[in-house]
Amino acid sequence: MNLAPNVPSGPLEEKWSNHLNNIQLVAPNNKRKHEVIVVGTGLAGGAAAASLAELGYNVKSFCIQDSARRAHSIAAQGGINAAKNYPNDGDTIWRLFYDTIKGGDYRSRESNVYRLAQISNEIIDQAVAQGVPFAREYGGLLANRSFGGAQVSRTFYARGQTGQQLLLGAYQAMMRQVHEGKIDYHPRHEMLDLVVLDGKARGIITRDLVSGEIRRWMADAVVLCTGGYGNVFYLSTNAKNSNVTAAWRCHKRGAAFANPCYVQIHPTCIPVSGDYQSKLTLMSESLRNDGRVWVPKKKGDERPPNQIPEEERYYYLEEKYPSFGNLVPRDVASRNAKLVCDDGMGVGPTGRAVYLDFRDAIERDGKKAISEKYGNLFEMYENITGDNPYEVPMRIFPAVHYTMGGLWVDYNLMSNIPGLFVAGEANFSDHGANRLGASALMQGLSDGYFIIPYTIGNYIAGTDLPEADTRHEVFEEAAGNAQSHIDRMLGVGGDRSVVDIHRELGKIMWDKVGIARNEEGLKEAISQIRGLREEFWNNVRVPGESANYNKYLEFAGRVADFLELGELMAEDALHRDESAGCHLREEHQTEEGEALRNDEDFSYVAAWEYQGVNGELQEQLHKEDLQFDFVELKQRSYK
Amino acid sequence: MAEEMTIHLKIWRQDGPDAPGELVDYTLDNVNEHMSFLEMLDVLNEQIVAEGGVPVEFDYDCREGICGSCNLMINGRAHGPKALTCSCQLHMRNYSDGDTITVEPFRARAFPVIKDLVVDRSAFDRIIEAGGYISTKTGSAPDANSIPVDKSVADTAFDYATCIGCGACVAACPNGSASLFAGAKLAHLNRLPQGKPEKRKRTVAMVEQMEEEGFGDCSNHAECEAVCPKGISISAIAEMRREYMKAFFSGEEA
Repeated sequence: MNLAPNVPSGPLEEKWSNHLNNIQLVAPNNKRKHEVIVVGTGLAGGAAAASLAELGYNVKSFCIQDSARRAHSIAAQGGINAAKNYPNDGDTIWRLFYDTIKGGDYRSRESNVYRLAQISNEIIDQAVAQGVPFAREYGGLLANRSFGGAQVSRTFYARGQTGQQLLLGAYQAMMRQVHEGKIDYHPRHEMLDLVVLDGKARGIITRDLVSGEIRRWMADAVVLCTGGYGNVFYLSTNAKNSNVTAAWRCHKRGAAFANPCYVQIHPTCIPVSGDYQSKLTLMSESLRNDGRVWVPKKKGDERPPNQIPEEERYYYLEEKYPSFGNLVPRDVASRNAKLVCDDGMGVGPTGRAVYLDFRDAIERDGKKAISEKYGNLFEMYENITGDNPYEVPMRIFPAVHYTMGGLWVDYNLMSNIPGLFVAGEANFSDHGANRLGASALMQGLSDGYFIIPYTIGNYIAGTDLPEADTRHEVFEEAAGNAQSHIDRMLGVGGDRSVVDIHRELGKIMWDKVGIARNEEGLKEAISQIRGLREEFWNNVRVPGESANYNKYLEFAGRVADFLELGELMAEDALHRDESAGCHLREEHQTEEGEALRNDEDFSYVAAWEYQGVNGELQEQLHKEDLQFDFVELKQRSYK
Repeated sequence: MAEEMTIHLKIWRQDGPDAPGELVDYTLDNVNEHMSFLEMLDVLNEQIVAEGGVPVEFDYDCREGICGSCNLMINGRAHGPKALTCSCQLHMRNYSDGDTITVEPFRARAFPVIKDLVVDRSAFDRIIEAGGYISTKTGSAPDANSIPVDKSVADTAFDYATCIGCGACVAACPNGSASLFAGAKLAHLNRLPQGKPEKRKRTVAMVEQMEEEGFGDCSNHAECEAVCPKGISISAIAEMRREYMKAFFSGEEA
C-alpha cells in the first residue's frame, strides 16, 4: 500500500508556497472539460464545490440532507481560529501551529498542521468578504476570544452560531455557482459506493433518498467531504444523519482508514437523561472562558449547588492546571470530569455530571454582559433541561463529539486511491490524537477553499484520464452491489429494530472504546461487536420498501457500516499500546493521570487496509512514520 | 423520575406526493417529560415497527435547533406551542397526561409533500440561488479588518443572518409567503458594506424568484414573526419592500 505523504521539501514555512510553485496547472479552457464530484456540503464540501466551480470545473455536488445548508457544520457554536494577532497578544502562525500539534499530542503530520496555520488567516478574510457577520468591537474591527489549549485570543466568532454563519457563507457561494450552471446539485442523495476504474477513482453510486433510485455518476476526481463517524456511539453530539457510509465504502474499495480510535470526547455536553434519548447537545467550549467547573468536595453531597459553600467546592481544573485552568484542552477536561465522577463526586440524578457555574462571572461582569456573550447557549440549555443557568449552575458531562481518524490522505489531501480526495473531518489529517477547539471549522474551510482546488488541478493535469462512461462494467458491478445490499437488509425480516441494535452498539463503544480504554475491555468489545453484527444480519427488521422514501432503510445501511467500523476502532485502540491525546489506554498514564505516550514505538499513523469481513473484520495494518523535524516532542503539560 | 404520560396523537400519513393523505390515530403510554417532541415520535416509530407497520416519516438532523430540518405543524402551529423553538427543541414537559396532539406537515403550495410529514423546501434554495449571496471569489478577499463594520450594523446583520430556513414562516402565513425568509437574507447582506454594491440586483432577483416558486404575497399578518424559531423581525420584510420599490422606480437594470 502506497502511503507516501508527498510532503514538499524545504523549511516548514516555505513548503506550501514551494508546492504551489511546482504543481501543475490546468488551463482555464481545459478546466471546463473536467468533472469533479464533491460529496457532502458542509464547510469542506461547500467550500470545495464553490471554489472548484469558480475556477471553471464542472462540479457535481451531493448531500444527504434536503438542502446543502443543513450540513452538520451548521451546529458548530464557538468559533474559528486564525493567527491574525489582531488582539496583539503575541500570536503568530508558528504559535498556532505549535499549539495545534501539541494539542494533538504529536500524532499529526507537521507539514499539514503548519499549512493549516498559514491558511487560517486567509479564511477569515474570505468569510468576511462573503458577509459572515463575525462579532465586532465598537471601533468596527473584528473581536476575538480564547479557547481551550491556547493562551492567546485567536478565535473569531459569530455569537454562538459561528458554524452556521460560516456554513451559510460557503452554501451561498455554492448556490451562486449552481445558478451559474457550474454545479450540478443533488440533495437527498446518499453515496453508496466508490467506482474505481483502472486504479483511479472515477465515479460514485448514489441512492436517491426520495425515489430509492440507484444512480451512477462519472467524473475525473471524487472529493469526499462527508464528516465524521461519531454516531457509531449512538449517542453523540453529531447530527442524526451524520454517518460513515461513504468513507467506509471507499475503505472497502481500497482506501486506507487512518487512526480510527482517535475520537474526541467533548467535556461540555448536557448529560444523558434517559433511555429514550436520541442525541446529545454540546455546550460550546467558549463557555469555559467565564464558567467555572466544579464538584462538591464531599462524595454524594445532595445539596442544591447554590447551598454548597465556597470552601466545600472542588474547582478541580483550576487547582490541577493553574496556568490553563478551565481552558485546558478537551481530552484533559473530559478525563478529569470522568475521574471526579468515578470518585463519587459527580452531581445530578445520575451522578455522571459536573457543574459549570457562571455565578462569579455574573457577579463580576453583570448578567447583561454574560447574556450578550452566551445568551443563545443559555436559552438552549434551559430549553433542554428546564433549569435556568443564570440562577443554577449548568450540569455538564463529556460526550462523543469529533473523530480525528478518517481516510488516510497525503499532503495533497488525496487518499491512496488516485483521484479520491478527502477533506474536512472525513480525513485523518491535521488534528492528531486530539483536536483543539475552534480548529475544525478552520480545517474544513482550509481544505475546501484553499487546498483541494489547487491539488486537484495538479492531479488532473498530471494524470491520464481516458474517456469512459457509466455503462462500464465497474459501474454495473458497483450499482448492482448497492442494490443487493439494500435488498438483503430488507429481506432479513427479523424482530429487532435498527435503533435497538444501534443503541446496543453505542453502549459497547462508550463503555469500552470511550474516554478510557484497556486491553481487556477492547477485546471484549471486539467479540461483542462481532456478535451484534451477526444479530443484525440475522434478526434485524427493516420496514418499508426500497423504491420509496424510507429513513429506516437509510439508517439500517449506516448501522451496518458502523457495525464494521466499530470493530476496527476497537482493533486500532487495542494495537495502539500507548496513550495519546483522546486515546487513553489505562495501562499508560503518568503518575498524575495524564496520557503517557510511547514515541519510540507509536510515532506513526496507523493506516488500515480492508481485507474482508467474514464473521470477523479482517484488516491489515500499515504505518506512516511521523517525522518531527521542527518541533521537539514533549510530554504535554497544561499546569 | 418524571411520571410517564399517555399522549394521543393524530398524525398525517401520506404515501407519496400524489397519494391521498389522512390523519391516523396513535396512542403512546410511556412519554417522559424530558423527551423532545422528535424523541417522542422516535418512540412511536419503534412501537409501529414492533407491530409490523411502516414508521412515520419526518425530517430532522441536528436536533439542536439549528439545522432547520425539522418541520412539524403541531396542533396547527408551526413547531408547536412554545415561542422561539424548533420542533426538535420542543419538550414533552409542555404537555400533560392525556393530551391529544395533531401533527401535520408544513403546508404551502411551494412545499409539496414528499411523504407523511416530510415536505420539499428546495424552493428556498432556489431563492438563495437567485441572488442570496455576495459575489466574491475564493482567494480574492482583502484583509478582514480593512473594512470596519459598525458594531450595531454587524449585530443587526447577525440577527437577520440567524435564519435557519426551516420554513415555519411560510407554513404559518395565510398566503404561504416566503417574505420573512427572503427578507431576512436581504436584511443581512444588504446592510453590510460588503453586500451593498449588488443590493438592488440581489433584492429584485430574490423577490422575483419567490413569486416564481409559487409563494404568496405578504399582507402583513405577522404570523411568520410569531412562529420564527429565531425571532427574526418582520422589519426585514419592510426593508425588502423599500429596496424593491427603489429598484423598481429607479429603472436600474436588475
